[in-house]
Amino acid sequence: MAVSEGSFKESRLEVAGATIQMRTAGEGRPLLLLHGELGFPGWMNYHKTLSASRKVYAPSHPGYDESQGIDWMMQVRDLAGWYLEALDDMDLDDIDLIGFSFGGWIAAEMAVMDPSKFRNLALVAPTGVKPDEGEIYDIFLNLAPDYLKEAIHDSNSCAEFELICPEEPSPEMLELWEIGREQSCKLGWKPYMYSLSLKHLLHRLKNLNTLIVWGREDKIVPIDSGRIYQESIPGSVMQVMENVGHRPEIENPDEFSKLITTFLDSK
Amino acid sequence: MFIGHFTERPYQDPDSGYFGATGLPIKDLSLSNEIYDPILGSALYNRYLDEKVYAEEMGFDGLMLNEHHSTPFCMGGAMNVEASILARITKKAKIVLLGNILPIWDDPLWLVEQLAMIDMISKGRLVSGWVRGTGRESVSHNAPPAYNWERFQEAHDFIVKAWSEPGPFRWEGKHYQYRYVNPWMRPYQKPHPQIMLPGVVSRDSIVWAAKQRIPYIMLATQLEPTRQSFQVYHDTAKEEGYEAGSQNFGYLWKVHVDETEELAEEVARKFVQGPSNPFLAGNEGTANPALLKLPGLTSRRRVLPTANVATANRGGQLSRSFEEQVEDYTIISGTPKTVIPKIRHVLEYLRPGSVFFWDGDGAMTHDDQMRSLRLMGEEVIPAVREIADELELRSPFEVSPKTGEPIGETSEEAAVPTGD
Repeated sequence: MAVSEGSFKESRLEVAGATIQMRTAGEGRPLLLLHGELGFPGWMNYHKTLSASRKVYAPSHPGYDESQGIDWMMQVRDLAGWYLEALDDMDLDDIDLIGFSFGGWIAAEMAVMDPSKFRNLALVAPTGVKPDEGEIYDIFLNLAPDYLKEAIHDSNSCAEFELICPEEPSPEMLELWEIGREQSCKLGWKPYMYSLSLKHLLHRLKNLNTLIVWGREDKIVPIDSGRIYQESIPGSVMQVMENVGHRPEIENPDEFSKLITTFLDSK
Repeated sequence: MFIGHFTERPYQDPDSGYFGATGLPIKDLSLSNEIYDPILGSALYNRYLDEKVYAEEMGFDGLMLNEHHSTPFCMGGAMNVEASILARITKKAKIVLLGNILPIWDDPLWLVEQLAMIDMISKGRLVSGWVRGTGRESVSHNAPPAYNWERFQEAHDFIVKAWSEPGPFRWEGKHYQYRYVNPWMRPYQKPHPQIMLPGVVSRDSIVWAAKQRIPYIMLATQLEPTRQSFQVYHDTAKEEGYEAGSQNFGYLWKVHVDETEELAEEVARKFVQGPSNPFLAGNEGTANPALLKLPGLTSRRRVLPTANVATANRGGQLSRSFEEQVEDYTIISGTPKTVIPKIRHVLEYLRPGSVFFWDGDGAMTHDDQMRSLRLMGEEVIPAVREIADELELRSPFEVSPKTGEPIGETSEEAAVPTGD
């Protein structure tokens, strides 16, 4: 089913005690996409492709974009627990879950808490574990546009770069970035962008079909974090995409979407 | 009128050209301490303590210290250490800490204890200010900036309770939890030392200070935005049902006095030549834009009229020339004869009950500072007291900022003898 550009539905969803921004598109098996540390990036090519064959849910996490913040949420695990309740309220079960970067960390925490709720899990360059080699790039000590430039391996040949990081961002975009940074700071300042316990809990995902995707040129989250995820999750597969950085879904949406679709269709 | 002396205690390294304008750049988080010379550091710490002792001799009411981290423009990374020494080696002057950076303390019981000790050793001379700190403080001590304001408020409430109520008690807060709060030390002053809130940027902070009836000290910004910011305090006070007065306001700015006009200008130019705080008006240095935008550190909407002055990214340039700063009184320098009328103008314009003369900074030498302190004591301070009396500018130690009433011999706030 072809989906034309922009054909997604945006709504305010009251769920698990908060009102959040939700975007949905397509029909079929539910696929939940969890955005990264700056908030929802906009409706991108990969959203369009993925929603052609399934029902995509793309929320803004509480405290991001225009979603209501939740005062008690001080760790990523708190947010993950909230999301499980939100899925209950939405009657979503046996779903596919993809998390990007910081959203990958949230996804991993959710899956660890309740693996039975998910059919497939894909983690795209997730934060959440401390790499043995290298350090996670400090987004709080860099301005959002500088971070985004660092996240993309080759912005000149990246068609969607201008969408996620315009030369002259609008005041609204600047504000949304700051909102995202502030909320990520509340959840991930210390230890910076990882949990000391998550990697020991990942073994719970032994029966969950799990794919780990990394860009070979990732300068934000060291690829060594991917190795640790892969080694900690029995049966998981790691796919490294060449010539892309931290945002493979933006830099090479065709290859990325194909990889994900193949993975999701395999089970 | 309460008259305090302040210098930021810069790490002056003649070999580097002093950092800042005339030497190595001091952009935040960009300078390795590999080049730090502890021999030089030792001399400077002792020099600055000596100057404080002399400032007391020359009649200053307050010896003000501040704290910054990981930067050469301020050596007071552990300000309470300096305060502890002053508590023992000075006699009369109040030791004014503006201030401890509450949100960066994961265990504010240390502050309860340290400050109570300083208050006892000094026999009740501690004035305990709080600040929220700039980005470099949050980064240096790895305190989450997005919780800065919440932690500030909770730490304040906790410290005041621990000072003023008998222990043991429990504290089960959002950011701080203790099961046994019972420090074996109590502040000398009852119910606790005078608290002050210095600031520049945040509207939340000045409103909070007004609600708590805590004196607000504006740090080194231009006069008109300072007056506008004070108005926020006045307006909040009205909403709270009281009239704020001079006891609720303080102002810190650059004042240098010297023997001749020529020498005064030559030395005052050093304010903008050495290591200096890029956050305050007119100083050199490059603010790190990421630090200015540390997530959640300050509300992006609730800022004061002075905020632009403080947070402009100057790119290593003076935002305004020395001459412009002299023109609008941001820097006052001269002989006592020319300085006193200018100070009068500031007092008339802002009506503060506390002033802090910021001197001996940048590339100024010890001798520069000592000459100025002497002339301050001989001529400027007595004159400023007269002007303040004429203008009825009362300090928070004369009129209670809590009640607006004069502090008499029998009132609680005056119950503590100061010094010997």
